[in-house]
Amino acid sequence: MLGSALRQAVQLILGLDSEVLRIVLLSLRVSATALAFSTLMGVPLGAWLGLRRFFARRLVIAAIYTGMGFPPVVVGLAVYMLLSRSGPLGSLGWPWVPGLFTPGAMVIAQIIIATPLVAGFTMAAVMGVDPNLRQQLISLGATSWQATRAVLREARQGVVVAVVAGFGSVISEVGAVMLVGGNIEGSTRVLTTAIVLETHKGNFSLALAMGLVLLAMTFAINIAVLRLQGKAYG
Amino acid sequence: MGEPVYRLLGVTRVYGARKVLDIASLDVYAGEILGIVGPSGAGKSTLLRLLGFLETPTSGAMAFRGQRVNGGAPSLAVRRRVTMVFQRPVLLSDSVYANVAYGLRVRGVTDARERVEKVLDLLGMLPLRKEDASTLSGGEAQRVALARALVVEPEVLLLDEPTANLDPAHVAIIENVIRQARERTGMTIVLVTHNVFQARRLADRVALLVGGRLVEVAPTKTFFESPSAPETCAFISGEMVY
Ligand SMILES: Nc1ncnc2c1ncn2[C@@H]1O[C@H](COP(=O)(O)OP(=O)(O)OP(=O)(O)O)[C@@H](O)[C@H]1O
Ligand SMILES: [Mg+2]
Repeated sequence: MLGSALRQAVQLILGLDSEVLRIVLLSLRVSATALAFSTLMGVPLGAWLGLRRFFARRLVIAAIYTGMGFPPVVVGLAVYMLLSRSGPLGSLGWPWVPGLFTPGAMVIAQIIIATPLVAGFTMAAVMGVDPNLRQQLISLGATSWQATRAVLREARQGVVVAVVAGFGSVISEVGAVMLVGGNIEGSTRVLTTAIVLETHKGNFSLALAMGLVLLAMTFAINIAVLRLQGKAYG
Repeated sequence: MGEPVYRLLGVTRVYGARKVLDIASLDVYAGEILGIVGPSGAGKSTLLRLLGFLETPTSGAMAFRGQRVNGGAPSLAVRRRVTMVFQRPVLLSDSVYANVAYGLRVRGVTDARERVEKVLDLLGMLPLRKEDASTLSGGEAQRVALARALVVEPEVLLLDEPTANLDPAHVAIIENVIRQARERTGMTIVLVTHNVFQARRLADRVALLVGGRLVEVAPTKTFFESPSAPETCAFISGEMVY
């Protein structure tokens, strides 16, 4: 069974099955959008935590570490309750709040999953820069802001690792998108939820085809992370 | 000797419960090379960081060119007149050239090229200007650290063990560069060194720091030939003092 499923899977991929293609593109669109927001929030937050010592910093860091290990399905549940018609956000009826079972809802859930990862990895990268560097640049005549920019630049590879790791976490996540997206064909079905569905239906070759696509994508991402980490820390 | 660049009175620096520095009085004169020697942990680097406005005294009065500076970092313009070369230099992970050009770049100097290359040449680092600074040897990194400070031609240059990682030939090169820099620009140099021979070769005056206190400050000839403190005799004859 595995052999024929595998053969069919490869045919599906090579034949660019339009349904599979649409699912792949939606997965990429949702995760890329979520990642853009997570990067915009997580990188400055992580840099700030890595550079500054302030009251309640440890508390914020503890919150981020917790967020980094948060089960996506729990995030999905929280977003579900927030956005549902009777929930605190859903009941407001604001036009810019996405409804449940839309790609927008999936983006929100993935933002919540990826942001702590991006912030946490960015913080680690910034803290990994030799703390003496800043003082030495100040002594060379840099302003505080110029020195900060130079420190961030030193951490640049670690920041890229943070962003790529954030993408890896959301593209392969299933619990949250299943809950808030609802796995609706043609509208909220992404790779991970489609794999669950096709497996349940017994369409192993289709499930496997999409599994291979997802595997190839996450594999490529992880190789990229490893190579960048090698450069950043090696 | 001219007017003092720095005037320190009763300056202390405390870390936690330890008084690491306790300077009753010290003047640094314009255009001189002041050598500071003393055993490890005596507070030499701490004193240099105070002079570089990178730390503030815990108590006491410190003036730079007649202006009190012990209440926090002075203005950017004043700060940029003083540059320090650290005992353990940290370079940017960028080319040697970019590292040396940094001080000029943050000052908005546009025609940095000639100045950077001239300084690199003085220190024998011109062939390595395109190398990534993270691949340099310890001694090469130390020369880049000196180059990036010299290139901005500060009024005061603070040097913390600038030749600690170098072989004798390069020690001689760097000592010459230091001498020439002073002669050419008249800059004031405070040189911290473990090496009493280096202090003797370069300094106009030498200070001995032991346990955070200045035991003796004297013109170099006096310091070595007729020191007044017994600790100085012991230190220059190679016995450790604590
Ligand atoms: N930031 C700091 N926090 C706490 N203690 C410090 C700090 N900086 C220096 N010290 C302590 O102050 C003392 C003097 O240090 P300093 O680096 O000035 O000595 P030094 O004379 O430069 O020694 P060396 O010749 O080994 O470089 C040391 O005992 C050191 O442990
Ligand atoms: Mg020292």
